Amino acid sequence: MAEVTLIKAVNDALATEMARDPSVCVLGEDVGRDGGVFRATEGLLRRFGPERVIDTPLNEGGILGMAIGMALNGLRPVAEIEFSDFIYPAFDQIVSEMAKMRYRSAGQFTAAVVVRAPSGGGIKGGHYHSQSPEAYFIHTAGLVVVMPSTPSDAKGLLASAIRGEDPVIFLEPKALYRTVKGEVPQGEHLVPIGKGRIVRGGADLTLVTWGAMVPVAEKAAAAAAKERVDVEIIDPRTLWPLDIGMIEASVNRTGRAVVLHEAPRTCGFGAEISALIHERCFLHMKAPVARVTGFDTPFPYALEKSYLPDPERTLRAIRASMAF
Amino acid sequence: MTEPEIISVLRPDGTADPSLDPGLPDPELLSLYRHMVLLRAIDEKAVALQRSGRIGFFVPSTGQEACSIGAGHAVRDGDWIFPAYRDHGVGLMRGYPLAALVGQILGNTTDATRGRQMPNHWCDRSIHLVSVSSPVATQLPHAVGAAYAAKLRGERIAVLTTFGDGGTSTGDFHAAMNFTGVFRLPVVFFCENNRYAISLPVEDQTATGTLAEKARAYGLPGVRVDGNDVLAVRKVVADAMARSRAGEGGTLIEALTYRLGPHSTSDDPTVYRSEEEVAAWRGKDPIRRFAAFLKGRGLLEDPAAEEEGAKETVRRAIEAGEGAPPVPLSSMFEDVYAEIPWHLVEQRDSLLSGKG
Repeated sequence: MAEVTLIKAVNDALATEMARDPSVCVLGEDVGRDGGVFRATEGLLRRFGPERVIDTPLNEGGILGMAIGMALNGLRPVAEIEFSDFIYPAFDQIVSEMAKMRYRSAGQFTAAVVVRAPSGGGIKGGHYHSQSPEAYFIHTAGLVVVMPSTPSDAKGLLASAIRGEDPVIFLEPKALYRTVKGEVPQGEHLVPIGKGRIVRGGADLTLVTWGAMVPVAEKAAAAAAKERVDVEIIDPRTLWPLDIGMIEASVNRTGRAVVLHEAPRTCGFGAEISALIHERCFLHMKAPVARVTGFDTPFPYALEKSYLPDPERTLRAIRASMAF
Repeated sequence: MTEPEIISVLRPDGTADPSLDPGLPDPELLSLYRHMVLLRAIDEKAVALQRSGRIGFFVPSTGQEACSIGAGHAVRDGDWIFPAYRDHGVGLMRGYPLAALVGQILGNTTDATRGRQMPNHWCDRSIHLVSVSSPVATQLPHAVGAAYAAKLRGERIAVLTTFGDGGTSTGDFHAAMNFTGVFRLPVVFFCENNRYAISLPVEDQTATGTLAEKARAYGLPGVRVDGNDVLAVRKVVADAMARSRAGEGGTLIEALTYRLGPHSTSDDPTVYRSEEEVAAWRGKDPIRRFAAFLKGRGLLEDPAAEEEGAKETVRRAIEAGEGAPPVPLSSMFEDVYAEIPWHLVEQRDSLLSGKG
């Protein structure tokens, strides 16, 4: 196994799946000649040609609409939106068309498109290059929402998403693209959709987090360990449908839960996880679920570091839960 | 700027322009007529069903039969259709069964799509008739993608997508036309300019003199056709589809027609257009116009009998469909995903147990 970056793992997944299945196509702005603004699609044009690596005109709704039609007629399109912040012009095509095609046709037609979009902050990108839109898509019936946090998961989950029969919003934590490295199996590698990952086992408190917040959680857990608090970290990896069984088992054991995400707090996915835990684990709980999140403001450029949750804020929530 | 000419085949005297007459065999001419008559009979019955509370809603196509039926006749096996909600005639012309159409309106167990959408939202995969959406023109980029897939596989097919004049104002129209031009795809954009998008007249929809001229901005040919002339519609759509099948790319067709009825059973057109205007267009009724042609050819003796026959066919189809049971409650949770995930299993079980 080779140690690679998360972005390289994404590239590896695309190349492996395109080599395996001629119906897999990549489309989006700058995905061909430029290899993608983050180089996720680098080398694919040379290897698979312009008919399968499609540089499209600049129009997100058009890219998604075209991808839907490609999927309806037998292809497996992987659409790239350059930044998840640019996904909103395609929102109608995603939530009303792609997500609903199977339901509205009672299974006659499906739009199994994978939409890849770099997501989240931490790269000095300001408002239009830093948002975390996962809650919009989790709220939409018919969509699978995935966010990997390691190179191995990025490759394995993306390959599973491409092979699956449901439309997938595949959000890539761009802050981790080149800051994390990990071992990634060569060749075909699948990580199942819908299964979470225990990042770190622990007995005292369950910390649920995903994407670029996983390394933040690990730092907070290491700091908590010095205070003799043993934190278990769960990364759902597939945000929806959620691996509720893994979270439930953990919280029933630890009796405490903190949810950590960088998206704004109100109606964020942390609110749903908190509600699920309270519904299912209430009699085992020693403290209410705490949330550590971004703020309910637009994403601020100059104050990015203060906006994003950090190990210190996470540790404060852990302490508060332990002291409840 | 000179406007593109409006192509007509049927002359006011009921004969056909010999230079444009597609020369269809007699049975096909009669089939076009009978489908138009059937379409109108469906309209009248469905509106009556809505008025009596037996269905929730309907979008009529009275006045535009030549468009749907003429365009539908130009589609061949293997082609794909991405229709707007007013174009059930295209499906009918392609062999979409009347019983299935009625079942969809009723939304009970006779509906192949299990009561998932309001009336006028048909689909049938077996004839590549793709599921209809209510938002306007969202299907246009889908047509582009389906055409791309066909081209990638080297299939010689064409994709027909239909929409109204209001659809040309949307971002999806721009995206689809632009992508089709750039990728040189076999997509035929059939715009039925019926003068109104609900209440908004086409003059308030666009600042261009015609809709067809928009094609030029995307590198596509733009054609105008008399949308109340079924032979003319059939000709221009067939020509455009043939062009697409031959690998020459897409076409925008503007069919000039008029919606004689309301936009849907939920609006009152008397508040936004005059009696005189409607009466003038009623005089251009596409069914009567084609009947005159067929009579002249000796192919049609008694239009009233044809109309009565169609009404009876529709009445029987409704009668057959109305007795079916409602869709089962558990079906609400199916087809959201390929497999039912845990949260929907829980919600379904909770509802079925009476605890939800």
